[in-house]
Amino acid sequence: MFTQYIFHFLSVMALFSAVMVLASKKPIHSVLFLTMTFFAIAGHYVLLNAQFLAVVHVIVYAGAIMVLFLFTVMLLNLNKDERSPKPLWVNIMAFIAGGMLMLTLIGIFRGYDIQSLQDPMSTQIGLVKNLGKILYHDYLIPFELSSVLFLTAMVGAVLLGKKEQI
Amino acid sequence: MDIPTNIPIQYYLVFCSVLFSIGVIGVLIKRNALVILMSIELMINSINLLLAAFSAYNNDPAGQIFVFFIMVVAAAEVAIGLAIVVLIYRTTHSIDINVLNKLKW
Repeated sequence: MFTQYIFHFLSVMALFSAVMVLASKKPIHSVLFLTMTFFAIAGHYVLLNAQFLAVVHVIVYAGAIMVLFLFTVMLLNLNKDERSPKPLWVNIMAFIAGGMLMLTLIGIFRGYDIQSLQDPMSTQIGLVKNLGKILYHDYLIPFELSSVLFLTAMVGAVLLGKKEQI
Repeated sequence: MDIPTNIPIQYYLVFCSVLFSIGVIGVLIKRNALVILMSIELMINSINLLLAAFSAYNNDPAGQIFVFFIMVVAAAEVAIGLAIVVLIYRTTHSIDINVLNKLKW
């Protein structure tokens, strides 16, 4: 019962801050609310007993990605309102489209029922030891390829960020 | 559900659907390229959480490995995306995506 209260609290916190990401006028407020969403989702990972993912999520999202966004906001001096808001009918259509997508997804998932469910609290798969064994044994090639991906992304970011003409 | 103290998997399905839809609405209504990138992050996060939830409920570690790789790709995507945003700002002095409609023709 106690975990359900935590689940509801984290869900409300994540959804509220996700809505506030869109409702904020200034980009820096959006970034801070996004960080709040990330922390709520990290709490969800802890609730699922996926401790490795919780730690990686906090490091990658709340650490790296939030800092990237904040640096961009501060470097570009964007702390002002959007210059040209979209016409109202575009916003209304966007809300209708998004709301219908949400209703469709919920309608699909409402009748969903899988029988052979495990209690996530009793499983040990989310611990660092077990995931590390699988990551370095079964998924070694994708793991190494992801380092190549990071190298490519780093070279690309440096190349794009250079001052002179490419 | 058969486990009384447990959270039903449907809760995760509904929560992640709502979070994903908020991200979709954000991509549709916002003009600021930064906020659009943030909405994409919201969508990626909802998918990650659902994948981790199914992985935990089915006792299958492959899902959590996939979440890890999705995080890797998302970090690379944000780095490149923000570099492109900086480049756009340098050439047009705005990150309003409306100025990018020149790309259409």
